[in-house]
Amino acid sequence: MPPLSYWAVRASLIYLTAGMTAGSWLLIGKALGVSEAWIWLPFHIEALLLGFVLQLTMGVAYWILPRLKTPEDRGNTVVAVLAFVFLNAGVLIGSLWPFIPDGAMWPAAGRGLELIAVVLFVTHVWPRIYPYGKY
Amino acid sequence: MPTLTRFFIKAGLLYFVLALLTGAAVQAGPFLDLPANLMALQPVYFHLFLVGWITQMIIGVSFWMFPVLSHEEPRGSERVGWFVFLFLNTGLILRSVAEPMNVWVPAEPWRWLLTVSAVLQWLSGVFYVSLIWGRVKGK
Repeated sequence: MPPLSYWAVRASLIYLTAGMTAGSWLLIGKALGVSEAWIWLPFHIEALLLGFVLQLTMGVAYWILPRLKTPEDRGNTVVAVLAFVFLNAGVLIGSLWPFIPDGAMWPAAGRGLELIAVVLFVTHVWPRIYPYGKY
Repeated sequence: MPTLTRFFIKAGLLYFVLALLTGAAVQAGPFLDLPANLMALQPVYFHLFLVGWITQMIIGVSFWMFPVLSHEEPRGSERVGWFVFLFLNTGLILRSVAEPMNVWVPAEPWRWLLTVSAVLQWLSGVFYVSLIWGRVKGK
């Protein structure tokens, strides 16, 4: 597993733990009528859907998709690294806004960063999806 | 494919069907004159899909395909893997029953079952991460 995949998959496992912790607290809050628990809902959703599922998928795709016959056989690493940096910034900014005063604009900023991350990742991975026999 | 992976994937496939049936019931409710309180199944639908299907599939495939840990225990502790399977599925099934029931006929036992389901699902996540963490590595 290349270092970038290693970091992305481990980060995704941290998001899984944190997202499930928030989700369990939400469910206990629902059971016991603790309304303050709902503040964790955006983090629960964002951490699990984007931080865990999307980041794990991207990390494994970077590792396992066909390689190129170029010196950088997994394509432009800088672009891929930037995709993961933007994704993580987007997840954190887009999910922790309830804890920040005047954080109403933060979800939009988070989505913007996630969009940039996805565009960078698609750009990076596009040439690695090719038919048998091309190289 | 290891036995544990087969259990995760086949359970995941069952949840996939169950999730879509639940989602269809929730969406079709207003058109088929089904009781309005079917909306209480909405969070169950999300979690059957995302925990029962997607997460369970990820856990099963990663247990199978991620780099091996060592010659002695290539996939780590299989016993921990079975605990993950048991906790995740027991927690999710308890949740799927207790969450809507707590809306339809609120009572103390449903609230306690929900709490137990939250703890079981959390434990399954923690156990899975502890199982797979060492296998996320370079060659």
